Amino acid sequence: MSFPWANEYKPQHPLMQWVDERLPLPRFVYNAIGGGYPVPRNLNYWWNFGVLSGVALVIQIVTGIILAMHYYASVGGAFESVEHIMRDVNGGWFLRYAHMNGASFFFIVVYLHIFRGLYYGSYKAPREMVWLLGVVIFLLMMATAFMGYVLPWGQMSFWGAQVITSFFSAIPVVGEPLRQWLLGGFAPDQAALNRFFSLHYLLPFVIAAVIILHVWALHIPGSSNPTGVSVKSEQDTVPFHPYYTAKDGFGLGLFLILFVILTFFAPNLLGHPDNYIPANPLSTPAHIVPEWYFWPFYAILRAFTVDFLFIPAKLLGVLAMFGSIALLFFLPWLDTSPVRSGNYRPLFRKFFWVLLIDIAILGYCGVMPAEGPYILLGQIASAYYFAHFLIILPIVSRIEKPLALPNSITEAVTGKAAAA
Amino acid sequence: MTTVEQVESMTEATEGEGVRRRDFIHIAATSWAGIGAVAVALPLVNQMSPSADVLALASIEVDISSIDEGQAIKTSWRKQPVFIRNLTKAEIAAANKVALGTLRDPQALADRTKTGKENWLITLGVCTHLGCVPLGAAAGEVKGEFGGYFCPCHGSHYDTAGRIRKGPAPLNLAVPEYEFLSDTVVKIG
Amino acid sequence: MVRLIAFLIGLFMSGWLLVSAGITTYGMITDPAKETVEAKFHKHPKHVSFKHDGLFGKYDKQQLQRGFKVFTEVCSACHSAKLVSFRDLSALGYSEDEVKAIAKGWKTEVPSINPDTGEAATRPGIAADKIPSPYANDTAARAANNNALPPDLSLITKARHNGPAYVYSLLTGYQPVPANLPKENRPGTGLHYNPYFANLNLAMAEPLTADGQVTYDDGTKATKDQMAKDVAAFLTWTAEPKMNARKAAGWVSLIFLLIFTGLTYLSYRTIWADKKKH
Repeated sequence: MSFPWANEYKPQHPLMQWVDERLPLPRFVYNAIGGGYPVPRNLNYWWNFGVLSGVALVIQIVTGIILAMHYYASVGGAFESVEHIMRDVNGGWFLRYAHMNGASFFFIVVYLHIFRGLYYGSYKAPREMVWLLGVVIFLLMMATAFMGYVLPWGQMSFWGAQVITSFFSAIPVVGEPLRQWLLGGFAPDQAALNRFFSLHYLLPFVIAAVIILHVWALHIPGSSNPTGVSVKSEQDTVPFHPYYTAKDGFGLGLFLILFVILTFFAPNLLGHPDNYIPANPLSTPAHIVPEWYFWPFYAILRAFTVDFLFIPAKLLGVLAMFGSIALLFFLPWLDTSPVRSGNYRPLFRKFFWVLLIDIAILGYCGVMPAEGPYILLGQIASAYYFAHFLIILPIVSRIEKPLALPNSITEAVTGKAAAA
Repeated sequence: MTTVEQVESMTEATEGEGVRRRDFIHIAATSWAGIGAVAVALPLVNQMSPSADVLALASIEVDISSIDEGQAIKTSWRKQPVFIRNLTKAEIAAANKVALGTLRDPQALADRTKTGKENWLITLGVCTHLGCVPLGAAAGEVKGEFGGYFCPCHGSHYDTAGRIRKGPAPLNLAVPEYEFLSDTVVKIG
Repeated sequence: MVRLIAFLIGLFMSGWLLVSAGITTYGMITDPAKETVEAKFHKHPKHVSFKHDGLFGKYDKQQLQRGFKVFTEVCSACHSAKLVSFRDLSALGYSEDEVKAIAKGWKTEVPSINPDTGEAATRPGIAADKIPSPYANDTAARAANNNALPPDLSLITKARHNGPAYVYSLLTGYQPVPANLPKENRPGTGLHYNPYFANLNLAMAEPLTADGQVTYDDGTKATKDQMAKDVAAFLTWTAEPKMNARKAAGWVSLIFLLIFTGLTYLSYRTIWADKKKH
């Protein structure tokens, strides 16, 4: 795999040679993220977010394991144990706020990573498998984040668990038994809290495993690049280390600055006040909203207000919400244009920006109360969302006249430099 | 193309010429990141130390007015048992009779009690061998061959001053920090 | 095949959503949403500023002590703050002995058992105890308060939007019932009109009724406004006791990271210097 001109791992020290002959782990790392991985030389800053997502996962796993040392998954004690962490555990407030805001940052960088893939056509052949595994990671992240949000056992935790598990009750016949099986009861309670804690601890490691597959699949064809033109010669690439490790180091600095600002100066900005009220199964908050990263999906769920023949609106909403992510699995076959990068696809590019605005509108509708104008706006925005992927993209890729592509990555880089 | 490792090894090789400016930047950036990693690691390690609520319980006050001569109570301090024993005159005499030179961990009873309160023997109920709780504090328990405490785990015998006399334990039962707030209240810790 | 099925599904999804949108529009026209009474009379919290606001703000210990006094003498008659321990009060500037005295003299004793009989009993508080609740449990609290449960105040400023301002506004926001308030929204027996409360009528009677209700030890004049502000500050501290440390750590981290980012940027530019020149 990889390119014939990739640097070979040559251990200098006899000890490293000894290790390499017996367990070539350093060689593996060198070829994966070291000097042995040739990467297109023209990657822009949008290519930083893959590495940053990995960093975010590590932050979550490290802070999470530590929080689990102090947290009790008990209906009577979970809320107080979180406050015990905030008040009495040494540096506990830092760990808890870092984990809370780390989840948001994980989603921020992953969304940017996904949008980069959407714009530059990173999902296209030969990288379909990279994309598919990425969607799997995204689904696992959503499940993990949801279950993590339940753990403090505040009002939003409880009612979030109630609402999300109620999705399953929309399924005909098996729905209600399925929901009771998921919860281990008729409503969220000790059984649900305990299993959510167990799974919230497990899933990040599953995510880490799928990330290894994701990166493995990436190394078969190598990284994509902003021109979308395939790598042709050694000139087109630079070794990952030190070129992109240095660039990722710089990107990491910027990322951590934003993370620190949020964690230390506005730690509750992205949270909801109701989650500082202990769970009360007898009283629903006036206005239930999920965490910000679920708002667009929540808007799609609520957009279906009218039954279709024998299909109730509730079921349609749930199907649409899952469908809005499931359709990403088919994206490589919906967009048939041979040109990868949005830079050379004028029509595609316009619709891409419309999609971004559309998703922002969906997010806005998701956080606003379920009232007339927001429902209406959400319905129109959801209609566009599905139309974009299922109707517009296949048509655009058929009728569009792409711009002329550069002959090679090097030509694109040096040509630009000459013009400037 | 020069990788950072190569740059670094070149730097070492050409140390006599001093570090070039561009290499200095890489070294500075890497070192600074290392400092950061250590700084972040500190709270990650420190979170395992006892938390504020645990430390807050680090001292307790015990009412000893109801312990008659010859009796003992077990109480709990820092989640460990503490024996408070009101020694009889005979037990004090027995403890004082022992020549210090014959002891494994030489200590007189007077060193282990407060002046004027020599009848109050306050020790941790934790065997100094491997941490079991010795018998002998509650009425009817075996007190061992020397009339003090006996650890059933590996057979350590303590005398009436809580000193190790026989068995594998290396040290006398530990005496916690304590003070008499009044004749009937003792503050441990 | 994939594209054909996708096209049909897309057509259905988008089509049905647009139909739904049409029905929603029709509903909005034929049955326009009426402005609810709550939306019309409910007010957002007043603007209020504290010394601990902002990126550099630290708690004013004097103010927290005053707020604690208001809490002790007024709020704690009905409200608990059960996540706060007496020992935490040392952060307000009280000495160890003062904390012990506060714990020992607290009006509610700590539940305990009689060591001789095992029967339920109470004992005076010690520094390690959480502040005891005025009622034994929620049922008792409801029974004593006309079936309304006084919420625990430990986290109240984080459990409400714009919490400190909300507490301040609620305490100073009691007013006569407006003449144009519809009959069904007028406060019933045991309820009190307060436009800063979400559903306008609040079970809590105005707690701060007169200037000088509390006598401050530091000589500050205990106006109603001052007391409301001080107790709002105190409740900000109970909800976020580590704020000073958090902001300090934030600045250290930020300065560290600015240097880190600067160094990595230089490192990055140096490494790429030969690649950008072509």
